[in-house]
Amino acid sequence: MNKGVKFTGVPSMEEIKGCPGTPGEERFEKGPVVSIECVQKIPCNPCEAACPFGAIEVGSSITSLPKLDEEKCIGCGVCIPKCPGLAIFKIHKNYSEKTSMVEFPFEYLPLPEKGDQVPCGDRFGKYIADGKVLDVKNDKKNDGTTLISVEIPKEYFMGIRTIYRG
Amino acid sequence: MKETQVVIVGGGPAGLAAGIEIAKSGGQVTVLDENKKPGGQLFKQIHKFFGSREHLAGTRGYEIGTKLLEETKELGVDVILDAPVYGIFEGKTVVYSKDGKQHQIKGDKIILATGATENTLAFPGSDLPGVMGAGAAQTMINVNRVLPGKKVLMVGSGNVGLIVSYQLMQAGADVVGLVEAAPNVSGYGVHASKISRGGVPIYTSHTVKRAMGDGEVSKVEICELDERFQMIEGTEKILDVDTICIAVGLSPMSEIAWTIGCDFTFIPTFGGHVPKHNENMESTISGIYVSGDISGVEEASSAMEEGRLAGIAASESLGLYSEEKAKELKGQVWNRLNTLRDGEFGEKRKQSKNVQISRYMEDANE
Ligand SMILES: Cc1cc2nc3c(=O)[nH]c(=O)nc-3n(C[C@H](O)[C@H](O)[C@H](O)COP(=O)(O)OP(=O)(O)OC[C@H]3O[C@@H](n4cnc5c(N)ncnc54)[C@H](O)[C@@H]3O)c2cc1C
Ligand code: SF4
Ligand code: SF4
Repeated sequence: MNKGVKFTGVPSMEEIKGCPGTPGEERFEKGPVVSIECVQKIPCNPCEAACPFGAIEVGSSITSLPKLDEEKCIGCGVCIPKCPGLAIFKIHKNYSEKTSMVEFPFEYLPLPEKGDQVPCGDRFGKYIADGKVLDVKNDKKNDGTTLISVEIPKEYFMGIRTIYRG
Repeated sequence: MKETQVVIVGGGPAGLAAGIEIAKSGGQVTVLDENKKPGGQLFKQIHKFFGSREHLAGTRGYEIGTKLLEETKELGVDVILDAPVYGIFEGKTVVYSKDGKQHQIKGDKIILATGATENTLAFPGSDLPGVMGAGAAQTMINVNRVLPGKKVLMVGSGNVGLIVSYQLMQAGADVVGLVEAAPNVSGYGVHASKISRGGVPIYTSHTVKRAMGDGEVSKVEICELDERFQMIEGTEKILDVDTICIAVGLSPMSEIAWTIGCDFTFIPTFGGHVPKHNENMESTISGIYVSGDISGVEEASSAMEEGRLAGIAASESLGLYSEEKAKELKGQVWNRLNTLRDGEFGEKRKQSKNVQISRYMEDANE
């Protein structure tokens, strides 16, 4: 089967690794950072303005891919709800010795609660592993896009991107 | 008979933006729309929009609509609702109905911003209740708060199919799958990823073979297509659904432009037959402008810009702007339009727009 976002609706690992929004392996080791899974040249740039640290650059041609400056990004997550494509994820690989933290945008109801044990899914919504809800951020300024962070087994930090919806 | 400087048919993003520009230049303008609420498609769009910051990207569609309406009010644009326009006659007289009566309004200039209409798809059982346009389903959930069904199959992977699938899921429906005849997803990947992440399978190179049910849809048979778009026997799959949403493209709503004799040209990228127009959005009939989806199905951001362009040009020809001032303003709009028509998704539209304008010019030079 053909792989890649044009065929499956989900960017392939190669597309993600090759895109300028993905931090390098070393950066993941250093602490929280976002991974921008936006791999197609679409006319869009709110992520650029969203970052208070100037870590995202789209530039004057708004169809350029968003480029992450991994040194400038502190992993605050402010950019996540501003992306209309819901394509930005925050990842803290070394959240603890055995676990990682993944934060993703979520626009469905009902919402889980802090502390809940929830099934988590990959980019196809397929169940991967259970996770623990660390936080549910629903700030007014996020305009309806809730941010959910889950603690998950470390091996899935590049795999888990949502709550499994059954 | 009522008279005004500019009459705009259609109060979507294109028509409202045109109205705002005319009012800004000091012109007198009336916008007519058949709906009870202005804003066109925008009030169905509960998702955050793409585009650049100038186009309010990241803002939800209905909020963009609200902003346009506020501006319209502040500037004193006359908006008449519940007023379907059914014809334009000699001397730019626009005829519409309102409160069961016929009314007329004459404008020096007319801007057509009637938007687009959904295409349908015929297959055995496509006349069963439960088969509907994706736009209809979107209106039901987002405007009228009614869920059309519990288990939905979406047909078409353009942005409309992807976004409406997502919104149906948000409204509580189960989208059992999305079928697309082409071998690849045609809308934006990020929209597709949202529904994939929600667990919806996307069946590319697939189509609907038939809908089944007694008096209403209860099942659908889908099947795989070969490279020549022929159904491959033995690949049929039956899915339990109660709703089938069709999102196979939009066509410009161009009846009025046809009846008054505008010249058309066929551009598939823009949804079919579109009126030829020049760089001012003026059709082949002097003083009649077109903008938004009627002049080529694109997006709300480009519809607004085209509306602005038509508005500025109409104001210029009414003498409300000097040539230099108009040139400057139109140049700014064109720059923004060009950036919107950039990149792998926009390039084709940019070329098509150039073709559409050059076909107008060819005629003009003959
Ligand atoms: C599901 C979906 C998602 C979309 N998402 C986006 C997005 O993320 N970003 C984006 O930029 N765009 C998006 N769009 C596209 C956008 O909505 C349209 O391109 C835009 O609305 C076109 O504007 P318009 O003013 O030309 O037409 P419309 O918005 O269709 O407005 C035309 C108006 O004219 C009225 N009208 C028509 N004929 C008559 C008549 N004879 N008399 C009186 N009134 C009449 C209509 O009822 C309507 O109100 C989306 C569209 C859909 C369907
Ligand atoms: S997480 Fe914070 S610092 Fe990093 S790119 Fe987003 S907004 Fe900028
Ligand atoms: S806001 Fe999101 S979809 Fe838009 S360019 Fe940035 S990452 Fe891509």
